[in-house]
Amino acid sequence: MTQTGTMIKKGKKQRRLVLIGAVGVVLVAAMALVLTALDDQIALFKSPSDIANEGIGPGVRLRVGGLVKEGSWKRTGTGHEFVVTDSANDLPATYGGIVPDLFREGQGVVLEGSVSPEGVFVADTVLAKHDENYVPKEVAEALKQQGVWKPGEPLPPTN
Amino acid sequence: MTAELGHFALILALVLALVQSVVPIVGARRGDAMLMATASPLSLAQFLLVTFSFACLVNAYVVSDFSVRNVYENSHTLKPMIYKITGTWGNHEGSLLLWVLILTLFSALVAAFGRNLPLTLKANVLGVQAWISVAFLLFMLKTSNPFWRLDPAPLEGNDLNPLLQDIGLAIHPPLLYIGYVGFSITFSFAVAALIEGRLDSAWARWVRPWALLAWMFLTIGISMGSYWAYYELGWGGWWFWDPVENASFMPWLAGTALLHSAIVVEKRNALRVWTVLLAILTFSLSLLGTFIVRSGLLTSVHSFATDPERGLFILLILVVFIGGSLSLFALRARELSEGGVFQPISREGALVFNNLILSACTATVLIGTLYPLFYEWITDQKISVGPPFFNLTMVPIAIPLLFAIPYGPFLAWKRGDLFAVSQRLMVVFACAIAATLFMYWVQFGGPVLAPLGIGLGVWIVLGALAELLYRSKAFEAAPSEAWRRFKNLPRATFGAALGHAGMGITVLGAVSVTAYGTEVLQEMRPGDTIETAGYVMTFDDVRSAERFNFREDVGFFTVRYGDNVLGEMKPSKRVYPARNFPTTESAIRTVGFSQVYISLGDVKADKTAVVRAYYKPYVTLIWIGTIFMFIGGMVSLADRRLRIGVPEKRAKQRTDAAPVGAAE
Repeated sequence: MTQTGTMIKKGKKQRRLVLIGAVGVVLVAAMALVLTALDDQIALFKSPSDIANEGIGPGVRLRVGGLVKEGSWKRTGTGHEFVVTDSANDLPATYGGIVPDLFREGQGVVLEGSVSPEGVFVADTVLAKHDENYVPKEVAEALKQQGVWKPGEPLPPTN
Repeated sequence: MTAELGHFALILALVLALVQSVVPIVGARRGDAMLMATASPLSLAQFLLVTFSFACLVNAYVVSDFSVRNVYENSHTLKPMIYKITGTWGNHEGSLLLWVLILTLFSALVAAFGRNLPLTLKANVLGVQAWISVAFLLFMLKTSNPFWRLDPAPLEGNDLNPLLQDIGLAIHPPLLYIGYVGFSITFSFAVAALIEGRLDSAWARWVRPWALLAWMFLTIGISMGSYWAYYELGWGGWWFWDPVENASFMPWLAGTALLHSAIVVEKRNALRVWTVLLAILTFSLSLLGTFIVRSGLLTSVHSFATDPERGLFILLILVVFIGGSLSLFALRARELSEGGVFQPISREGALVFNNLILSACTATVLIGTLYPLFYEWITDQKISVGPPFFNLTMVPIAIPLLFAIPYGPFLAWKRGDLFAVSQRLMVVFACAIAATLFMYWVQFGGPVLAPLGIGLGVWIVLGALAELLYRSKAFEAAPSEAWRRFKNLPRATFGAALGHAGMGITVLGAVSVTAYGTEVLQEMRPGDTIETAGYVMTFDDVRSAERFNFREDVGFFTVRYGDNVLGEMKPSKRVYPARNFPTTESAIRTVGFSQVYISLGDVKADKTAVVRAYYKPYVTLIWIGTIFMFIGGMVSLADRRLRIGVPEKRAKQRTDAAPVGAAE
């Protein structure tokens, strides 16, 4: 092989190394970011019974799913107080904003927030689904676990 | 009767698609021109059949034929005519038919305009398109037939989900589907190249415009969806990192990468293997999006009625297409030779960097979206991955790319000079720093990140402008000469500049509304006022009304800024009796590029209501930026070298003859 030939080959190799290095650095940085974020920023999904049984401390970020208990929804100025239930256990909750259009007593709801030292769930996000027949998947499973509801049946009474 | 005709047309289309998925490809293998030539007429016939079938379904909606189950479930006689028509695709079955219609439209376009494509390539591309057609037609006929009848026919329909009775949602799905399905063409080209084991110049010249077209529509489709969510959900947010949004965002990220890598293939004949892989991945992500939206596997704010059988079928399609194409890639990629070499610091290098970051972004969104599924599968614990995760990861990953945007177009092909380019961008950089300092001064100290974000947006927008000025030698040549040069710049250069500027504009809007937006929440009775960011809103009255297929409580607000009365705003709360479904209709007043936004809570009998008001500074820039991107795409498509159908040979000479780095 001629000298120039080797040089071109060497240059090519170097460029490839630079490229692989750059790809490596970006991927490692991105992975590190993703893993830290996954560690900190995910919220576990719990039912009111899980919270009652597991004794989850205040401040831990959670998602809670259940039904809004009949007769429990009160408006407090701009906020809302209500009870989320999975029939076995009740969890009092507050939310300081406009609730979604489909927030109703006896309907499924998913809250995101944390439990206060007084044992009240303080929600910063309330999700109710876009379809009035729909029960959020997590809520459906929490209810099924409690043995109070099967898909296709009407929702259990909550009063 | 028309429903049966539509149904029959679909079955016929499936039969044609089956023939088309085999015959042209066999023809290409054997070099049999006659077999290959069947691809075009088959594609056109398929398109006509599906169009006819779609027209039948639209007709059933227009005449409110409730003997068709799909119409019964999603329509109502009192619904305004426009929503009767758009309701056709406001549900799973109808939207799937629209999906297939657009798929066959794209095949027909390739058939009609692909005259100068090599015969074997065209036959293979159309053959692969037919595989996709077969899969989706089967899916539709087996699990989601829009033409099933009901007997006896009900007298009144169930009405369409009221959230979907909105003009934004009427045009959003077609645009989005043109984007999703448009990437099927680049996928088919990629698979065809793998089948043939070669990639010629015609391949490169075809892939870029198709990727661009699909990307344009996906961009504007996502943007419309975002604006719809902003005003229709009444939460004032414009992006929620919801699984369904992510489902459209992933192909957008991958498609943006594809768009850029296709430039390298076209101009420099490098990155060919990567581009083929990217084309496969982009469409795979589109399919994954379809799966996420329609399987109900992930809890999302928007979803179609779900059915396990459907989810399983789409999963099957997903596995066959993604698995198949990736295996083919693994087997055949080595046969595609790589072309031109380049230094790390060069236009190619910049485009590789673009691809690298965009791939990292795509992977991040994919992980965040699917992580709850895997987590539950492994630990049996349910979790949710929400906006905090995405904000924490996507922002730092994307910033280096956003910062690099102005550099890319300035770098020469093959070997660039970073220092020289930095010098040319000096003025732009100074402007960006000035903007940052100005914003920092205006907000008296506050967080540092927001002014930096504004500076970044200014940097991108002015960087795009600087490229045009530099290329037309605006500061060196005489004004008339500079103007002449400006006019003669290739359209693709304008397109890129517009697209990049659009990105910068979107960044400005997003940063501004996130950092400087304000909101108030207050219980009000008529006569009360509420104030945010200097805008004073007086709650005058609330009245009830009954219209079309809903009842509503309308709040009347007078908005003032200082002593100026800006006018009346009428947010409302509607109830659609057919489904006993409430919706919030927010009222929005645009002031310059900013918006005042009022959303009304439940109105009590004594006329008190909880009112939420927002001031959204420069929020419209978010969507205006995407319009720039769309127009940039159009301008780029109108480029001379794509516009005139130059025969392959002459086009090849033209690109070869062009001096490297000149006017590109």
